[in-house]
Amino acid sequence: MKNHEPRSSSSCAACKLLKRRCTPNCIFAPYFCSDEPTKFAKVHKVFGASNVSKILAEVPEEQREDTVNSLAFEAEARLRDPVYGCIGAIALLQRKTVELQHDLTIARARLALYAATSSSSSSSIILDDHVSMAPFPSVPGCDGLAYSFGQSSSDLSRYGPLNDFGHGPYIS
Amino acid sequence: MISGRCAACKYLRRRCPSDCIFSLYFPPNDPQRFACVHRIYGASNVGKMLQQLPPPLRAQAADTLYFEARCRIEDPVYGCVGIISQLHEQVQSAESELAKAQAEIAFLNCNPQEAPAPIEANSNFNNLLPEQYLCPPSAQNSWF
Repeated sequence: MKNHEPRSSSSCAACKLLKRRCTPNCIFAPYFCSDEPTKFAKVHKVFGASNVSKILAEVPEEQREDTVNSLAFEAEARLRDPVYGCIGAIALLQRKTVELQHDLTIARARLALYAATSSSSSSSIILDDHVSMAPFPSVPGCDGLAYSFGQSSSDLSRYGPLNDFGHGPYIS
Repeated sequence: MISGRCAACKYLRRRCPSDCIFSLYFPPNDPQRFACVHRIYGASNVGKMLQQLPPPLRAQAADTLYFEARCRIEDPVYGCVGIISQLHEQVQSAESELAKAQAEIAFLNCNPQEAPAPIEANSNFNNLLPEQYLCPPSAQNSWF
């Protein structure tokens, strides 16, 4: 006679998807609640449960939540953009930074011009847009990154709530 | 034409068929490339992802998968999301500075006799990304 163990009524999303018993020390359970089934589904689709388990086992327990959230973000990005994944977001942000650097340099040059001419005669100030700018330093390995994509520089929302990562624990 | 097994089939210790999905993007002279990708995504997932794409886009996809896998190996907690967070903060900081500078210019345009306050260049864009995140071992080819 088979000994049927009672099913856990609190299986995590991972064990539900994998159709297995959720043990008390399940590595996924703290981070993949049963009320968020799509989160694990996406991570599993891109990385695979086994690989996620290995990654989580590698990191200290106190950093596993951040790890899961970053994996979920990457999985979401990859599913939305199967060719570029997160790299699309990086390229857009780099391009935006270049544009802002350019605009900021021009603005500072204008302000410097104001400062230089404010003590001289009060005749009309001619602002020359063709100011010389320091060349933007290239990042090794990323020379073509910012300019290889046709997306608009403002189309970052497709990569999910980036604001959640701007102030979160992701940057120490 | 690639003779012999591709890096994937060598790693997986199997015969490399003529229509191997990996062979064009994981050449045998760069075994580390497939090893990284396999470690993070698994060969099966990578194969499925490549299969779902039109052939002209597969090379790009393989490159980005490799990049993300390397980021994840180097930073198991944040992977390339750490880079996105840093860039996002830099963009926000730059936008804020630009807004201040433009407001000052607008003010001076209306009040040309006022002297502008000295500008402090307190944001440094010279170090966009930590080199550890982006400099691959063989940086002779552009990523994209």
